[in-house]
Amino acid sequence: MSVLVIAEHDNSELKSATLNAVTAAEEISSDIDILVAGSKSDDVVNAAAQVSGVTKVIHANNGCYENQLAESVAPLVSDLGKNYSHILAPATTTGKNLLPRVAALLNVAQISDIVEVKSDDTFVRPIYAGNALATVQSSDAIKVITVRTTAFADAESGGCATVETSDFAVDQSSAVFMGEKLSQSERPELTSASIIISGGRGMQDGKNFVLLEKVADKLGAAIGASRAAVDAGFVPNDYQVGQTGKIVAPDLYIAVGISGAIQHLAGMKDSKVIVAINKDEEAPIFQIADYGLVADLFKVLPELEQIL
Amino acid sequence: MKILVGVKRVVDANVKVRVKSDNTAVDLNNAKMAINPFCEIAIEEAIRMKEAGAAEEVIAVSIGPTVCQEQIRTALALGSDRGILVETDDHVDPLAVAKILKAIVDKEQVDLVILGKLSIDTDNNQVGQMLGALCNYPQGTFACSAEFKEGKIEVSREIDGGEQTVLLDLPAIVTTDLRLNEPRYASLPNIMKAKKKPIDFFSPADFGVDTATKLKILSVEPPSERTAGVKVESVEELVDKLRHEAKVI
Repeated sequence: MSVLVIAEHDNSELKSATLNAVTAAEEISSDIDILVAGSKSDDVVNAAAQVSGVTKVIHANNGCYENQLAESVAPLVSDLGKNYSHILAPATTTGKNLLPRVAALLNVAQISDIVEVKSDDTFVRPIYAGNALATVQSSDAIKVITVRTTAFADAESGGCATVETSDFAVDQSSAVFMGEKLSQSERPELTSASIIISGGRGMQDGKNFVLLEKVADKLGAAIGASRAAVDAGFVPNDYQVGQTGKIVAPDLYIAVGISGAIQHLAGMKDSKVIVAINKDEEAPIFQIADYGLVADLFKVLPELEQIL
Repeated sequence: MKILVGVKRVVDANVKVRVKSDNTAVDLNNAKMAINPFCEIAIEEAIRMKEAGAAEEVIAVSIGPTVCQEQIRTALALGSDRGILVETDDHVDPLAVAKILKAIVDKEQVDLVILGKLSIDTDNNQVGQMLGALCNYPQGTFACSAEFKEGKIEVSREIDGGEQTVLLDLPAIVTTDLRLNEPRYASLPNIMKAKKKPIDFFSPADFGVDTATKLKILSVEPPSERTAGVKVESVEELVDKLRHEAKVI
């Protein structure tokens, strides 16, 4: 039994989502390799080699992998993957874009978003927006799996894996990378933040998110939003927490002016402590909140900023 | 140009599903069923392309039991030209769905396939990418915009941290994310007209696809429920609790 973990990176930094996938891999086998497919990605390889529990880092260093398009990376992973019993990637937008393509090339199923490893062939995954948990058993020779990052701890550092290079190259021009618009923020990333403060439709206007930002600055928190706030155009889509946005599980989640639609709860109900601030005491969010404050958010937020 | 859109029949997004007491599946008895919301966005996008003169024909395909005709009829009422139902009572895994779709893509010589990025029942998010691999076509997944440019299609994608834009050769696969468009409602006259539009029926075997699954569901259980905590009276009390009781700040 051996596991190939696909590294999440931007050619300069190994993303922490990789560490969650390695932890899931450790529950399957002690024989774990990491693939870094990129271009000029030596720093990522060095970081990956130091992840505890990793035997070997495979470095596919080629211009064709620079933007990690699935059309280029999938043939590489399916070729390398034939030597493994499991292929794992974090269930990020990169992993979700890539792994089903890999699975189809290998003619096997893909298991999405696992939250628990029961055994080397049995896994638990949420369905129906987390309203049910399915335990599934795979009889495929190669199990291709994406890992819900919030369900597994970060693998530790302290490893010293060997590094091997792969010359496998993919010549495709059917998909061409044109550009990327990434939101620039000094704040922590939503999916790895330990505190998140999110706004919903109750914020009334995108401008009012500045009230959340001031509190977030005091707490070192990331800022999120409900789908309603995104749909209303208050904030960009990458703020969205929920079934259709990001799945988060911070130590503290503060929901401000969020009623608590099923689809939002699906994205944050595994948070350790949930605070709800809403002027409607009937809002469903209070049914899952550890601490509820029935009050006008426009009064509460400035007060909160003062006290913290 | 011919566009193929996928239409999946799923439980209505507003229904709170419950797990059956024997923990074998979720209980969908008498549950309201609807088109998967991401498929609605796919239909809308295809119809807009047709209205803009970029496409001649929109074909709506569904895979599932006979009642899936209802969802195909809705897709026809929204403006699709004809339907294909691949009838089966089996549960069909994403890979088998992709294989069936590939056979239809080949048979119909489709130029663009638009699918929802995921269905809100199984939450897999796989079929578009798998179809891309099987057809060796490029994929624009989680699309928030799609525009034809000189015989190609430019797709902006929702990614963690922002947006990515890719330019794809045709034929291509696009999977929809929420911001791509706002689907319209079907008008009564169009619902009446849709009844006359053709639907062709096939079985998975007609396309040589075996729906036997390699993924066995051992059990389906409800998640652990959170219970409501306490209401606090003031911001001071809240901060005090977070500091000294929960110890999270």
